[in-house]
Amino acid sequence: MHALSMSATMLLFWLLITGDFGILNITLGIASALLVVAISQRMDVVDHESQPLHLTPRLPLYWAWLSIQVIRSNLEVTRRIWTPGETICPGIIRIKSSQQTAIGKSIYANSITLTPGTITLRVLGDDILVHALSQDDVTFLEEGEMDRRVTRLES
Amino acid sequence: MNDWLDLLSWGFLLAGSFFGISGGVGILRFPDFFTRLHAAGVTDTMCTALILIGLMFQTGLNVILVKLFLTLAFLLLTSPTATHSLAKAALHGKIEQQIKTREKESSTS
Repeated sequence: MHALSMSATMLLFWLLITGDFGILNITLGIASALLVVAISQRMDVVDHESQPLHLTPRLPLYWAWLSIQVIRSNLEVTRRIWTPGETICPGIIRIKSSQQTAIGKSIYANSITLTPGTITLRVLGDDILVHALSQDDVTFLEEGEMDRRVTRLES
Repeated sequence: MNDWLDLLSWGFLLAGSFFGISGGVGILRFPDFFTRLHAAGVTDTMCTALILIGLMFQTGLNVILVKLFLTLAFLLLTSPTATHSLAKAALHGKIEQQIKTREKESSTS
């Protein structure tokens, strides 16, 4: 199942990148896709982590929400950059992550880093060490909406 | 119609440039390594996204559009990883930092 989805993704990627739908190109694409999947299978990386099929249906909604958060925090950080005087009060905080799986934790940690104003420094079990630019960013993370949404993603 | 697309495209490009410059100003203004990473984050996300969207409006419906879209997707996946590894290396190397807020649960470990 995972190998099938990986072959399909690779072939689609090949076709989109080359933009040539001739018979020779498609044949070469299928051959390359199968070769890549065969090598990946030998490396034992074709599994639920490289092909998170169980997450896929719920991902677009999360991406939409995350994009809005990224835009919001970008405007916030930009405002702090251009406002004269002392505008930031940085600090390091430790927050809890409620995800069960490694992939859920990495999605959460990467989402934190992607939004400007917060950077994941280290993941220690269920704790995440975060550097935040201001008190607002700390409050945003402590409200835990991002945490809940990522957890809902993996269930 | 094409004029409107062009106008929209230039709007995105100029907005992207503004955020790029903002990121640069932030890197100069902020006091230490970690806060500068936040400023660089503005360039990483908003600036690249807006400029690539602006370019997508320039190119129209073809293969280049798909390539620009894939570029954006890969950048948004890889740039937080790069930022994280920089931050982790800085934490590990004990780069000095300014800390103003300390939460009740906070720790500087």
